[in-house]
Amino acid sequence: MADETQRYALTAFFGPARREMVDHIPHCRRIGMEVVEIGPHRAIVRLPFRDELVGDPARGVVFGGVITTLLDHAGGLAVSCSLAELTPIATLDLRIDYLRAAKPGLALLGEADCYKVTSHVAFVRGRAWDVSQDDPFATCVGTFMLGSNPRESPMLRALREQQAKERP
Amino acid sequence: MRGRQALAAIPYSRFLGVRREVERDGLVCVLPFRDDLVGNAALPALHGGVVGAFLELTALVAAIDLVDSDRVPKPINFSVDYLRSVGPRDTRGRAEIVKQGRRIANVRVLAWQDDPAKPVAAGIGNFLL
Repeated sequence: MADETQRYALTAFFGPARREMVDHIPHCRRIGMEVVEIGPHRAIVRLPFRDELVGDPARGVVFGGVITTLLDHAGGLAVSCSLAELTPIATLDLRIDYLRAAKPGLALLGEADCYKVTSHVAFVRGRAWDVSQDDPFATCVGTFMLGSNPRESPMLRALREQQAKERP
Repeated sequence: MRGRQALAAIPYSRFLGVRREVERDGLVCVLPFRDDLVGNAALPALHGGVVGAFLELTALVAAIDLVDSDRVPKPINFSVDYLRSVGPRDTRGRAEIVKQGRRIANVRVLAWQDDPAKPVAAGIGNFLL
C-alpha cells in the first residue's frame, strides 16, 4: 500500500521520537509511553518497565492488558499516519495473542502497520517485543473507526497547530 | 488464591485501583475513574488500552477463582470490542465462564457504566489454567 503519490497529513511528523504523539494523552504521560519511530502507515512505541505494571507477581511479568495499551496506541498512530487529513479515530476492536511472557525488567516495544484504509474503517496488525523484533511476545490485529467523534482531541489540536508552524 | 486477594496481589490491578463488589446478580469488578487513565481529554474518554486491560483483569479474576493453586492463569489471547466511548465515571465489568476445560478456560466479559443494558465494551479470551 506504500504509494509514493499518497499524501499524509502527518508527513511533517514522520521520523523518530515525536513527543507530540504521546504528550497530550494523560494516560500515556502517566505510564511514560514514548514514540520511537513514526512513518507512512506505521508507528513504533516504547513503554519503560515499571513495577506497577506487573500482572504476575511470582514471575515479574507485565500484565497482558498493558500490552493492549501499547499496541492500541501503536495501532492508532499507524492509522493516523495513513490518512491524508487529520481525523479523529477510535478503536473498534483489538485482538491480542500472547506468544510468550515478556521478560521481567525490560522495556516493551510495540509496532503497528496499517495495511488497509476504507472510507470508514482502518485495518491494523502489530507485534510487541522486548529483546528482538524477530522474537515478539505478542501479536495483534485490530480495526479503527475513522471520523469517530466530532470533538477535536488535544493531540489533534496540538498536531494541527504544530503542522501550521512547520509548513513552509 | 481467590479473585479478591488477587486484586490486592497484582501490582497492575492496584495501579488501576480495581475493586470487587457483590451485586444482586453476582460479582462485578469496578474501575474507578481517574484523570490519568484518560486517552482523549476532549471527550473525555478512558484510553482504549485501559478499557481492554480492565476487561482482561475482570476475566483473569474469574479464571483465578477456578484454580486452587497460587499460580496466576496465563492469558493465551484476548479480544476486545469497543462499543461506546467510556466516559469520566466508574466502569463496571462482569465475567462469565463460557467453558472450563482441564487446561483452558474461555471467559467472556461485559463492561458498562450507568446501564448494564448499554455496554461500553465486550471482551473474550482464553486462559491457560
